[in-house]
Amino acid sequence: MAGENITEPRGATKWLLRANASFVYIFFYIPILVLIVFSFSDNRNVGVWGGFTLDWYRDFAESDNTREALWNSVQIGLVATVISVVLGTASALALERFKFRGRAVFDALLYLPIIIPDVTMAVMMLLFFSEAAELFGFSKGFATITLSHIAFSISFVSVVVRARLGGMNDRLEEAAMDLYATRWQAFRYVTLPLIMPGILGGGLLALTLSLDDVVITQFVTGPGWTTLPVYVFGLIRKGVTPLINAVSVVMLVASTILVVLSLIAQRIRGGDTV
Amino acid sequence: MTDTTTRDDSADAAAVATPELEAVNERQKRRRGLWLALPAWVYLAVFFAIPLAIVFVYSFATRNRFGGTDLSGWNLDSYRALGGDLVRAVLVRSVVLAVITTVICLVISYPFAYFMATRSTRTRNLMLVMVMIPFWTNFLVRNYAWYVILGTDGPLSTITETVGLGETRFLFTQTAVVLGLVYGFLPFMILPLYASIERIDGRLLEASRDLYATGAQSFRRVLLPLSMPGIVAGSILVFIPSLGAYVTPVILGGAKTTLLGGYIVTQFLEARNWPFGAALSSVLMIIMLGATVVYFRKGGQTL
Repeated sequence: MAGENITEPRGATKWLLRANASFVYIFFYIPILVLIVFSFSDNRNVGVWGGFTLDWYRDFAESDNTREALWNSVQIGLVATVISVVLGTASALALERFKFRGRAVFDALLYLPIIIPDVTMAVMMLLFFSEAAELFGFSKGFATITLSHIAFSISFVSVVVRARLGGMNDRLEEAAMDLYATRWQAFRYVTLPLIMPGILGGGLLALTLSLDDVVITQFVTGPGWTTLPVYVFGLIRKGVTPLINAVSVVMLVASTILVVLSLIAQRIRGGDTV
Repeated sequence: MTDTTTRDDSADAAAVATPELEAVNERQKRRRGLWLALPAWVYLAVFFAIPLAIVFVYSFATRNRFGGTDLSGWNLDSYRALGGDLVRAVLVRSVVLAVITTVICLVISYPFAYFMATRSTRTRNLMLVMVMIPFWTNFLVRNYAWYVILGTDGPLSTITETVGLGETRFLFTQTAVVLGLVYGFLPFMILPLYASIERIDGRLLEASRDLYATGAQSFRRVLLPLSMPGIVAGSILVFIPSLGAYVTPVILGGAKTTLLGGYIVTQFLEARNWPFGAALSSVLMIIMLGATVVYFRKGGQTL
């Protein structure tokens, strides 16, 4: 849809639309800017300016708690991302390229983790792992957190990869097989390079979601497995210190980089053939 | 979606293949699809569908004296407890705040999405990226940013005091919670609205104006009905997470403003009344499933 002469809003409407759009962006970015500014403030009070300092970032770098939490987050995020990328891509291929029994049910099942509120998902995982722990006897921690993260990430990867697959047709694969490529070769040398941007985008999204999750992680974590967001959430509830500002900015920068990379990845055209 | 080429029917292939060969081929293809989907199928069955079923089962169980859960002796006690005064207050407050959040998001997002849809492709893409960035940045951090801004001696208070309005006391109020929710979920409204407005043929609006509709009439009779799928999708995508929100009310609402999400968490981590918590979660899920059905009936697509 594009604006044309008679439908183009004039006068007050035009200015209201512009003002509203500016307002939305100011609303989106002001809090982020405020947070960044105050993370450099030399004052124990989180919202009061007290001159420039890098102390809070030094505290972050020197604190064993934050370093350990960060390391936990990274380990969980990487493992969860790799597994959900494999499972999500396979399911995207199955749904876009094949008809099979139970396809509709599978589609619905994939859709649920995206819309379910995190509190509900957290409760599900808590009860599930409590029951499982009673049956099989294991302790909560790395495995339970990672398994839960994969459970919601598969769907997001699948959606992104499907969007990519949906925009392609399968004639290239057919052509490759006509030229005596095996099914595997056709996938490896034709399909995979073409959907790679989708896979990368989906993977980065999965990593972001895993690194961001608080609620579900808090429910399925065990001793010694505090992730960075869970640690920050705990700090906020206990009493706020400017250290949180610095940790928040680090998390903010990390997730912004991941999002931008993800958007760039999805924009890249896999080869110039299609 | 840059590719516009569509697959044509593989008529040439069918002309060579016999029907029998075609059927064998088809069966093979189905089996291959199933094998490909199987790992994720099994994973989601074990780590999503079974947990979901367990929550329903727990909601009929009994809490024993030690805070444990007794799975034998099914009953509806937890659902009966939903009628209690405190629960009802939490439920009503959650629904009211979620509705207010949804309405505010809709009012802000509709003109924004329209504005965005009528820009040039370049501007549009840039605007979209600028919406996506806060959309995927850490939710906890974004709520915490408002905590910093709204605090008693935070920047907002400093500004209002300098202007002479006195210090503001927004933090730990319902207003702060709605603000945080709107901030958190606004992109969920903008994106589907944009997607549906962008798809509308601009010539329809032109035609209505050619036929002497005023701007308002053309909006109400053409634009609004055509963008209805986006409105429904966006409203559901904002309403559901608002209703289940936990992080925002804890950070910005303080202890007084318990909402459904926080109340459920309390049942598990503090009160240790798991069956009741499971019943509350089940209610939340049923609302969510109902909303999803509405969403698909209205012809909505995924984000």
